[in-house]
Formats: sequence, structure tokens, C-alpha cells
Amino acid sequence: MNIQELIEKLEEEIEEVEKGTLTPSTNIRNIDWWSSMHALVIIALVDIEYNVQVSGKDLKEIQTIQDLYDLIVKKVDLDGIY
Amino acid sequence: MGFIDVEGIQIKGVSTVVPKQIVHNKNYELLSLAEREMLIKTTGIKQRRVAKKNTTTSDLAIEAANHLFDKIDWKRSEIDLLVFVTQSRDYYLPSTAIISQHKLGLSTNCIAFDIGLGCSGYVYGLSIIASMLKSGNLKKAILLAGDVSTISCNYYDKSAYPLFGDAGSATFIEKTNKKNKWSFDLNSDGSGEDAIKISDGGTRNLPNENSFILKQFEGGIQRNGFNLALNGIDIFNFSVTTVPQSIKNFLTIKEIDFNAIDYFIMHQANLIMNETIRKKLKIEPEKVPYSLVDYGNTSSASIPLTMALIENLKEKTTKLLLSGFGVGLSWGNALLENDAIPHLLINNYSHD
Repeated sequence: MNIQELIEKLEEEIEEVEKGTLTPSTNIRNIDWWSSMHALVIIALVDIEYNVQVSGKDLKEIQTIQDLYDLIVKKVDLDGIY
Repeated sequence: MGFIDVEGIQIKGVSTVVPKQIVHNKNYELLSLAEREMLIKTTGIKQRRVAKKNTTTSDLAIEAANHLFDKIDWKRSEIDLLVFVTQSRDYYLPSTAIISQHKLGLSTNCIAFDIGLGCSGYVYGLSIIASMLKSGNLKKAILLAGDVSTISCNYYDKSAYPLFGDAGSATFIEKTNKKNKWSFDLNSDGSGEDAIKISDGGTRNLPNENSFILKQFEGGIQRNGFNLALNGIDIFNFSVTTVPQSIKNFLTIKEIDFNAIDYFIMHQANLIMNETIRKKLKIEPEKVPYSLVDYGNTSSASIPLTMALIENLKEKTTKLLLSGFGVGLSWGNALLENDAIPHLLINNYSHD
């Protein structure tokens, strides 16, 4: 797993995003298409792809894609799944 | 987990009645056009049926039962048991099942009571009926299940309002000499009581002046104490974590291969949630039918409403996995072997 792979998956899943426009420092909350529905899309994607659960509390702390990636890495480590 | 196993119980017919009025989510003015599109794509819910004021769940469910009496050769006097699963009952008291016993013209020897469950309620109702038929001197039973949820949802609450539809269902169930097996796995977790809640109007928070006051929440959401409050992310995480795990454990313990199941009929919460569960369990899309596109989340009527859309159930014996999950938190799975069900009905409410 690397951050580029996560970015590609997000770009694939979220229709509003043009391929190649997201970077680790993209602040997902400041993007004009962001809605609570996108939060669910991201939670579902992370659950299916990485078997990691992102809680409502986690989500509040996430600003950038790097933050999301770091959270996944931390939870994967904790759970020892990979 | 609590398991229940019974033999020889059969569903003879499933009938659902929905209000005539259709509300389209594409017209939900609280959201921008792009947001409405995103909402429909993510939740899968294009439209919902909404009951007129003063139409109750029992109005819909009783009519659903009457449609089955027209089709199935059962006498009203033969019904031994009537169970009503609802969270939108007619009155604080008496139980809606007892009022329904009279309105349906059933015998006064009929056992009748309510079960106060929502999304998991259909599975619970089936398990209770199956157990009572098996252990008592009872032969024929009716399960009424459904809710008029739209009256509890505030138009200014985008997290709940576009999701729910109204429906009432009736399922006719009979004890036979057959060897077909039914199994149930039932669970509860009250630590999640706040995930879906109507806080006022019960005895904990008696109805009071403050109950009517609109309160503001994050994201411009407004609702009062009688409105349904839904914590989308909490309920999402519960559903996509606990539900697939419970289905997996249940089938493993029952030594049933996933491939042996003809249909996985899940409570119709919303598309992204149900699809996440389906993908985690690696089930083919053809085996997971949906009714939410046209009817939304219809609470305890969502499983029978979805069953009524599966033509194959009319034709042959099938093995079904039903899964109900939500408010409580409460969740339950049923593994049903059932003969062909010739009567699967969906009708509009005749008094609309």
C-alpha cells in the first residue's frame, strides 16, 4: 500500500475529481464538491480496500489525503492485518 | 449470539401495501442539484412513498393482509397468532396488534401482541412466530410489519428526510409436516441507542413544550424532539462492520456455503451501505435484490417488500438469507428454506 494507490482509488471512486488532480496535500474539506455523502463514499472505500474502519471522530480530524493515509497506516498497524 | 432452529414452518404469502403519493428525491429543494444527484447515486434512493396525514402503519398492513386473504384459501377464524412489528403504533396503548385482530375479523382466541423493533424487526417477528408455532398448539400465523416513518422525519434534516419511505406488510406463515429448516441469529447492542433515536414522547422525555422547538445542528440541519435523529456515520460503521461479520459467523456455524444461498435479502438502508456489506461478503450482485430505489428505507417492511420483487420466489423452493439491522442497535439474520411462495403482492393503499 502506498499513498499514490490511495489517491488513484479516490479519483476513481469520486466522479467530481479529474484524474491526476489530487495530491497528498489536497485538503478534502476545502474542495467545493465536498459533502457528507463523500464522507460515506470514502469510509466505504477505505473499509472495502483496506479493511479499516474510519469513525465519525476520526473523520473530523482528517483534513488532507495525507491525514487519511496516515490514519489507515496507523489502524492497519494496530490491527496487524497486513 | 442467540440461535433459534425450527423445522416445517413455511411462508405462504407476502403482501405489501404502500401509499400512493410518490416523493422524488430529485425535487428535494434543501440540496443543490449536484448534491441531489450525489444523494441519489450514493443512497440509491430515487423516490419514496409517503403516507397522507392520519394514515397509520396498521391501515397499510391490515389492507396488505386483506389482499392475501383474497388470494389464499385461509379462513379468518383459523388464525392462531398475530404479531405486529412497528415503531409507529396507532396509540400509546392498547397494542396495535390487538386493534388489528378485530379489524381483520380474527377470532378472539387469536394471540396478538406488538414488537417494538425497526429495521431488524421482520427477522425478529419471523423468529418469534416460528418458535411459537413450533412449540404451541398453533398452526396459522400472520406477521404484520412496517412503519410510517416519514411523519417523524423533518424536511430540514437532510441526513434523514430523503431516506425513508412508508409501507405496511403482511406475511402468512404456517406449520407443516415438511422437513425444511429455518434458523435465526439475533443480536442487540443498546450502547448504540443514540445512533437512531426519537428522543421525546416516551416516558423518559415526556412530551413537553420544548419538544416542539426546532433545534439547529451541524450542516444546517433542523429538527425537534419528536423528529427522528440519525447519526449516519455511526450507523454506517456499525452496519458495514457488524452485519457482514455476523452473517459470516452464522453461516459458518450452520455449515452453509455462501454459494448454497439463492438470495441475500437485506434490510434496505441505503445503497452504499448495503453494497459495502455485499462486497465485503463477496456476494454476486444478482443475489442481492433491492427495493430502495423506488421505495427508500421502509423499516421493518423493507425485507418483505424486497421479497415481493423476486419473481423466482414464486417458481421454486429457495434458500434465503434475510438480514435486518439498525435502530437499537439490533440486528438479526434468518436462514430460511421455503417452498415456492405463489403470492407475492405489492399494492397501492386504496384510500389515498
